[in-house]
Amino acid sequence: MTGFEGATLAIDLLNITLLIILFVVAIAIARLRSLFAIVMLSGIYSLVSATWFVALDAVDVAFTEAAVGAGISTALFLGAMVLTSRTAKAEKGATQIVPLLVVIATGAVLIYATIDLPGFGDATSPANTGVGVSFLERTYNEIAIPNVVTAVLASYRGFDTLGEVGVVFAAGLAVTLLLGFGERSLGATVRREDRERPSKKDEEES
Amino acid sequence: MKGDHHVILRVVAKVLIPIIALYGFYVQFHGEYSPGGGFQAGVILAVSVILYSLIFGIAPAMRAITPGFARFIAGLGFVTYIGVGVWALAMGGNFLDYDALFREPPGGHNGQHVGIIVIELGVLFAVAGSMVSIFYAFAGRVSEIRDEDW
Repeated sequence: MTGFEGATLAIDLLNITLLIILFVVAIAIARLRSLFAIVMLSGIYSLVSATWFVALDAVDVAFTEAAVGAGISTALFLGAMVLTSRTAKAEKGATQIVPLLVVIATGAVLIYATIDLPGFGDATSPANTGVGVSFLERTYNEIAIPNVVTAVLASYRGFDTLGEVGVVFAAGLAVTLLLGFGERSLGATVRREDRERPSKKDEEES
Repeated sequence: MKGDHHVILRVVAKVLIPIIALYGFYVQFHGEYSPGGGFQAGVILAVSVILYSLIFGIAPAMRAITPGFARFIAGLGFVTYIGVGVWALAMGGNFLDYDALFREPPGGHNGQHVGIIVIELGVLFAVAGSMVSIFYAFAGRVSEIRDEDW
């Protein structure tokens, strides 16, 4: 990505700007009490994260984040929000301090862990020297499709993806079993109206 | 229907929803060359249905995609995925071993191509069906979302 002078600076500025936006949105989500605003802001948070993933060259992750985080989660949160109240209760005293301490401690641990990580785009990092290179070399001979990510997900790790699909299916099944009664009665109402509609039309015509 | 102030929303959505659905299919069938695949395509297709039901009401959406159909699609997708695995077993290979699908000599990639396309279709069906089912289960509990509810 560093084709010309100043490109590194531009990329750094882009990353810092996106991270600042993420930080501001996260603070706003924590401070707000209106659930509708929180749902919308969490969608924006996902969208900005997706943009940042693109800046880090992780296009597949960015795409999934945009589709799942900003798309379906926001819609499902809206659906869930309609069933509950519109505002969250404000917390007082110790319930505010303890989570703050937990978050600060976790953040410190995570920052400490990043010290051992290889640098971004490091050619000698384990990911760029071990199994990743091997997949890049083997995929075209063994699978013969250009997108290595698809080849790994669908073929090399087919079992893993089967498990993921099973999880999604089980989640849909569980929610339908637990909450589906309203849907079933509404679906029955829709079907009954559809059955009655043609007969009404006949009456009007006659 | 309700007040006129939703007219812009409805007109824009009418144009956008087919494009969203078409983009979902593009992501599905172009996943071999570009980022994306069954998961993302399924979610995008589900979003097009959910957007329709958010704007035009849940009952018209249930007429277009019935809850039973959504559940059927979810199950069909999962069974399709397992079916490819069993197909490979029946042809003498391991579970989900696509090379065994057509008993090709080494170097043939038909099995890999067909296997990946079929299991990605299974993923698409399972994810889209499950997501629409989840949304129907939540949204079906209230008959209509009034403007004051937001």
